[in-house]
Amino acid sequence: MAPSNSTPESLLAVDIGSAHTRAMLFDIAADRYMFVAQGRSPSTAAAPFRDISEGLRLAIEELQKITGRVLIGKDERLILPSQPDGSGVDALVSTISAGPAVSIVAAGLLDDLSLESARRLAGTTYARIAESIGINDRRKTEVQIDAIIQAKPDVVIVAGGIESGATRSIGRILEVIGLASYLIPAARRPVLLYAGNQQMAQKVKSQFGQMQTVRIAPNLRPDFDHEDLGPAHASLSEIVQKVRAGQMGGAADLISLSNGHSYPTATAFGRMIRFLSKVYDSNKGVLGVDLGATSTVIAAANDGRLSVSVQTPLGIGEGLAGITGKVDPLEILQWMAAPASPDDILDYLHQKITCPGSLPTSPEEQGIEQAVVRAVLRQALKNLPASTAGLPIAHGDRLATPFEPIIAAGAALAGAPTPSQCALMILDGLQPIGVTTLVADPNSLAAALGAAARLNPVLPVQVLESGAFQNLGTVISPVSGAPTGAPILHARLVYADETETQLDITQGSLNALPLERGKTARLFLEPIGRTDPGIGRSSRGVKITGGVLGVIIDGRGRPIRLPADHSQRQETLQKWLWAISS
Amino acid sequence: MLAPIIHYLPLTTIRRQRVLPANGRVLVHAGQKVSPTDVIAETSLTPQHALLEVYRALGLLPSQVDQYIQAKMGDRVNKGDVIAGPVGVLSRVVHAPQDGKIVAIGEGQVLMELDSPAYQLRAGLAGTVVDLVPERGAVIETTGVLVQGVWGNDQADKSLLSVLSHSPEDGLTAAQLDVSQRGAVVLSGVCPNEAALQAAIDLPLRGLILGSMPSRLIPLAFKAPFPIILIEGFGRMPMNQVAYTLLSTNEQREVIVNSLACDRASGLRPEVVIPLPTGSPIPPPPETETFAPGQTVLIRRGGNAGQAGTLVSVKSEKTLFPSGVRASAGVVNLENGEHVTIPLANLEVIA
Repeated sequence: MAPSNSTPESLLAVDIGSAHTRAMLFDIAADRYMFVAQGRSPSTAAAPFRDISEGLRLAIEELQKITGRVLIGKDERLILPSQPDGSGVDALVSTISAGPAVSIVAAGLLDDLSLESARRLAGTTYARIAESIGINDRRKTEVQIDAIIQAKPDVVIVAGGIESGATRSIGRILEVIGLASYLIPAARRPVLLYAGNQQMAQKVKSQFGQMQTVRIAPNLRPDFDHEDLGPAHASLSEIVQKVRAGQMGGAADLISLSNGHSYPTATAFGRMIRFLSKVYDSNKGVLGVDLGATSTVIAAANDGRLSVSVQTPLGIGEGLAGITGKVDPLEILQWMAAPASPDDILDYLHQKITCPGSLPTSPEEQGIEQAVVRAVLRQALKNLPASTAGLPIAHGDRLATPFEPIIAAGAALAGAPTPSQCALMILDGLQPIGVTTLVADPNSLAAALGAAARLNPVLPVQVLESGAFQNLGTVISPVSGAPTGAPILHARLVYADETETQLDITQGSLNALPLERGKTARLFLEPIGRTDPGIGRSSRGVKITGGVLGVIIDGRGRPIRLPADHSQRQETLQKWLWAISS
Repeated sequence: MLAPIIHYLPLTTIRRQRVLPANGRVLVHAGQKVSPTDVIAETSLTPQHALLEVYRALGLLPSQVDQYIQAKMGDRVNKGDVIAGPVGVLSRVVHAPQDGKIVAIGEGQVLMELDSPAYQLRAGLAGTVVDLVPERGAVIETTGVLVQGVWGNDQADKSLLSVLSHSPEDGLTAAQLDVSQRGAVVLSGVCPNEAALQAAIDLPLRGLILGSMPSRLIPLAFKAPFPIILIEGFGRMPMNQVAYTLLSTNEQREVIVNSLACDRASGLRPEVVIPLPTGSPIPPPPETETFAPGQTVLIRRGGNAGQAGTLVSVKSEKTLFPSGVRASAGVVNLENGEHVTIPLANLEVIA
């Protein structure tokens, strides 16, 4: 599909992260959109700059150096649109994840219905729920008022009441919020996002509109059995960008220059995952994991339905605060080949929090870092609600259903030194079941493409097809109750030229069958005993596509069990890494 | 590439803005001399309200109450003052439950903001108030030695500096902490165990400056009634020589330890200040730098963590490290003459 004349040809996507600011250039080459290059700089949202502009300028300057293309004019401004001399870009989109967590008060009626929906909505962005108010709250009215004031909310989300149902209870909740808002100085009053019974919407608008900004979104729970966070998530994302505009120097200018195409990074990442769920003809759903320095985003989509969970603090920099005190250091130690003590792990975590942008230089440090990534991923799954948007994602600290594919983003994960390290972190951290394809996003393009999709729907498709993402390989995870070492499966991979590779899979093993990236073959699996191969039994086999690691058969069972003995564990971990190293 | 900066300075102008987290009252004036523990501003951080359901208390409908409410919006009232009434033969009245202010009246109810203990903002630094931030706080300036750290237990105090280590790697022991150290600010390389920290708490000290301590001591450190600062971080890392020399050569001088929690967003770091007079004005240190040869840098991570050196060059191409990481890097000449290649992400410029 060629780009139409009305769509912008070149596009600059900028991402303001808590650690880094990136400028990514996309343009047309040979009639197709391509990712050209990216420039990167430390972010300057925090002190001493307290303004994102300097980091953005440096990132764009690096991009200019790499591409030789002039993007900043003599007036020090971004050249927008592109000029006949080839300078500048036609469009700009931006994503922001930097900045303190947005403080949210969630209000609703019943704890496990509308109030839970309001909390889940808050969990779709970079927020912390500073206070919750429900109809069963036994605290006195004045205590609830004080709690709201002390929460210093940026946003109050109000949900509750099924459509056309009674309005009296939600009216009582609104009364408390109204009094609290009145007592907060006008300049610091929170935005009110009303997503409850729509019969009350106009009343809310007129009662609160004089005092504070009010946004009305469709009811989060139009009936008892149905939750729909999507439209309210879009409203909340807009509110979050407005909060950022007031919080960080330069953010208002960037958002304005983006001309309606500026999103919280997690929102844009979610849009891309939803987009992929439509592109991939899969009835399993697409899973995306973006592991950042401060936050971890888990997005799952199936046929356009999207669930996004932003967990802050939980990441591989300052976000390590999200696992200290929650994760037993022994859980991290079990993934390390090198010997260390629980104290070493704790010291590592706390030291990394003090110096979040630092990098591992020795294999031993890298070993700790990657073991920590596994722990963060498992914690992220553990923190997920049982189901959102009707999508059950996790069961405890591992995936509950098969996904196809799984997209991994974030420097510590997708930017691992080798594809096998990246794949192992995903397999160990998420423990996928059934058949899936692991895809790495080493340049962290997913959110940028999600931000660009509305402006130019062709661009993400063509950039994806251009190979900007790295297909690590298809993974088959059979499930068997057989003891370790017992045969569970016979695998036969028949290539296009009719040659074949055969392999006997034993319980507890990890194997890779060679299949060149992009090439297809037919996989035949013969389960032994009561093994569920996770793939339908067909006499014609299943067509699969190779990735950089070929085809991976993960026979380690779920959950993965590691030997208790350190030397055996060390040997096992090393064996697994070798097994899938290309 | 932009470089993070850490300040280890033998003599500089230190200017710190201290502000309340919410609007309140500023208690100092420009030109005023303050000490670290002086309260410079205060506010009510945790306002408490009382909602008086006057109509219920008076046995009326909400619409009938207005005429009986004696208090007016904004009125200050004392505990026991009549807010509404009298009504009926029994002369029913509603009293103020505590001292406070009337903040809202309507629908038969009165909302009072009750007086609550004020949050007090301390100067955290001995110096002169050079500027005021209306309703929020002040800018305080002093001159002297400045040594910043990476972690603190969020307290401030001052006293004379007592050096209990012979070298930056020496460990603090409980035996060193006898009664002669009571009330002192102690400098040591490493606090290796709970016994040493507990001994410091038992004395107690007025401050503790360390290179590092095990992270499992964090809960105990937060119980200490005095400020604790880590210059390097967690584990068993000796204090870097630059910071150690600056501090240890000022033994028996008065030092101010402000062990603020690190906050990257605002740039706040825990710090040690040793006030020293100057004959002529000294400009404040730079807050921004880009990496350049000749800078004194501190290595924050890896086998050389905690060592200072001189940045000899910044590599034009990315460097591949044994971890497999490929990153922008610089060559650092350590104090022992050894040259090491370090990712720029693991360096801080000492300025």
